[in-house]
Amino acid sequence: MSAAPAELPRWIDIGLIPVINICLALLVSGLIILAIGENPVEAMAIMIRGALGYGEGIGYTLYYTTNFIFTGLAVAIAFHAGLFNIGGEGQAYIGGLGVGLAILAFDSTLPFFLLLPLGILAGAAFGAAWAAIPAWLQAYRGSHIVITTIMFNFIAYAVMVYLMVNVLIKPGQMSPESREFAAAGQLPFMHEMLAGIGITVTPTPLNLSIVWALLCCVGVWAYIWRTRWGYELRAVGHNEAAAVYAGARPRHIVVAAMCISGALAGFVGFNEIMGVHHRLLLNFPAGYGFTGIAVSLMGRNHPVGVVLASLLFGVLYQGGAELAFEVPTITRELVVTIQGLVILFSGALAYMSTPWVTRVWRALLAWRAGAAAAEGA
Amino acid sequence: MFRTTLTTIAGAVLLAATVASADEIKPAVVFDMGGKFDKSFNQGVNDGVMRFKEETGIAYREFEVTNETQREQAIRKMAQRGSDPILGVGFAQVPAIEAVAKEFPKARFTIIDGVVDLPNVQSVVFNEHEGSFLVGMIAAMASKTGKVGFVGGMDIPLIRKFACGYVAGAKHANPKIVVIQNMTGTTPSAWNDPGRGAELTKGQFDRGVDVVYAAAGGTGTGVYQAAKDAGKLAIGVDSNQNYLHPGTMLTSMVKRVDVAAYNSFKSALDGTWKPGFQALGLAEGGVDWALDEHNKALITDKMKASVEQAKADIIAGKIQVHDYMSDNTCPR
Repeated sequence: MSAAPAELPRWIDIGLIPVINICLALLVSGLIILAIGENPVEAMAIMIRGALGYGEGIGYTLYYTTNFIFTGLAVAIAFHAGLFNIGGEGQAYIGGLGVGLAILAFDSTLPFFLLLPLGILAGAAFGAAWAAIPAWLQAYRGSHIVITTIMFNFIAYAVMVYLMVNVLIKPGQMSPESREFAAAGQLPFMHEMLAGIGITVTPTPLNLSIVWALLCCVGVWAYIWRTRWGYELRAVGHNEAAAVYAGARPRHIVVAAMCISGALAGFVGFNEIMGVHHRLLLNFPAGYGFTGIAVSLMGRNHPVGVVLASLLFGVLYQGGAELAFEVPTITRELVVTIQGLVILFSGALAYMSTPWVTRVWRALLAWRAGAAAAEGA
Repeated sequence: MFRTTLTTIAGAVLLAATVASADEIKPAVVFDMGGKFDKSFNQGVNDGVMRFKEETGIAYREFEVTNETQREQAIRKMAQRGSDPILGVGFAQVPAIEAVAKEFPKARFTIIDGVVDLPNVQSVVFNEHEGSFLVGMIAAMASKTGKVGFVGGMDIPLIRKFACGYVAGAKHANPKIVVIQNMTGTTPSAWNDPGRGAELTKGQFDRGVDVVYAAAGGTGTGVYQAAKDAGKLAIGVDSNQNYLHPGTMLTSMVKRVDVAAYNSFKSALDGTWKPGFQALGLAEGGVDWALDEHNKALITDKMKASVEQAKADIIAGKIQVHDYMSDNTCPR
């Protein structure tokens, strides 16, 4: 916050600077690709074509985007309350458990239009419950939420392995997975819905839950900026002492914000379990909870920003897979490196380019003013 | 409806590709999360397909998955590109192979460590319980304290299958033996956590164990190092790991995934590839105990004789080793 960024117009601050940061990251990635003897331009082209250039790529990109929207929003809403929720991974895991248990219990008796809200509610309830314990410990016992949410990730892993291996596994099967849900318990895939209206696309994991993800964005925006509770939440996040003076209840806010955060993270389970795999299995959160932190940082904790950042990460994930597939010398480790560079430049070093962009902008303004003065004289 | 159309088109395309180059094949392999350099299971497959490439000069496509959804994506992509046969590595790829094999009925698939019952899929599983039984016997005979240890990777049925066979073998050699078991972790990182492997092993040594068997992928290196540091004995897994620490490595439970991978590609090239189920046990040479110049000083003639006797009895069916996966229980 050294140079006064307030001087910059909004479009530069939230539009141009992120683009510059991404370009810098891609430049460094390009140098690395060059160093291992591949053509960086070609590699970038494969990545972008693989993510956005054809139906299947777009489907996978948007499927990843769905997960990132959920975890990005989860981190964002906690951040507005001044909390750092690192437990998205565990909340997603337990949320998925909730979805799975609900569908396994009722998929033979209830129709789809009842199972849909049931799945959403179960994912939200389990995710929220998993976040509520660290929240309560933070609010009433002062245990730091960063530590407790990380630890709860590990507890979630252990709980899931125990349940999948000992209780929920389909008997006589090697892989620790539950039975497949009945058709009523499966969200329709996007390619199935499009086939219904006569459009044929390649099957991808993209499903109805992306609509729910976008609805959640609207909901989170309305909650944070258009309700009393949201106002109270932001007040506590900005300055707890002042908020108390104004009549806010920080303890309630901590618990409420974390419950909403956990519920949002739990929807990753809704996408993965009810939308993609149609069975309970292990390891489905696959790091989306942690990536959500970067998504939220990059999206400046605003739902619109989160959607854009999620899209970018979706492109990186899908394009990265495509790159590893097409170019044998580019391994999955190198793809992770490229993803890491983008996170580094747009998250951790987000303000690195601000000072010189400000300087350029000032120079531009001065030059314009000078030109205008010369014209006037 | 849509699926059928796609299948027809894909089938037609594949057929055309096969006709165009009848003698050449375009094999592909999809490694699982451990990655092809995990010093264990995936690396065994990698060794096998590399040997195929060296011998025949035929290149293959490969992919290493990083999350659950990529398995099906990668296998489908291979099939779309006309790869054949496509080799899936690990039980976790079963649902993915099942889905893609239905969409591409003309392509051939091989799955290692899993079973898919389709006319164009070859399923190869190993009788790890039989090999583990033999090393369990060796462990019990080599132990002076009457206590032997087991360090597993992730607590999943496959690893319990190893553990169950090991316990049965140890009890077969010495009915009063005590077996102490630990699992390394609850996430896939348990397959590559040598530090924790070493900690668990030290804990077992403190409780009187003097021979430890690791079935934990890359975690095993920590187990063996801990055994070497403490002057105790360790048993390797999957590959023959006797060479790692001669004098410490009592033996290895060898699981020939490299042979399975090589055979899948080679038989496709020779035209002898067949779908169906293969269980590779002691009789087929799919699993075995390893005896070489690195551990022959540790194996007495008496140990060798009784292990070979048990091996013959298992092959002949005189000893039945319980398979954990047949009913998800292990008899005590």
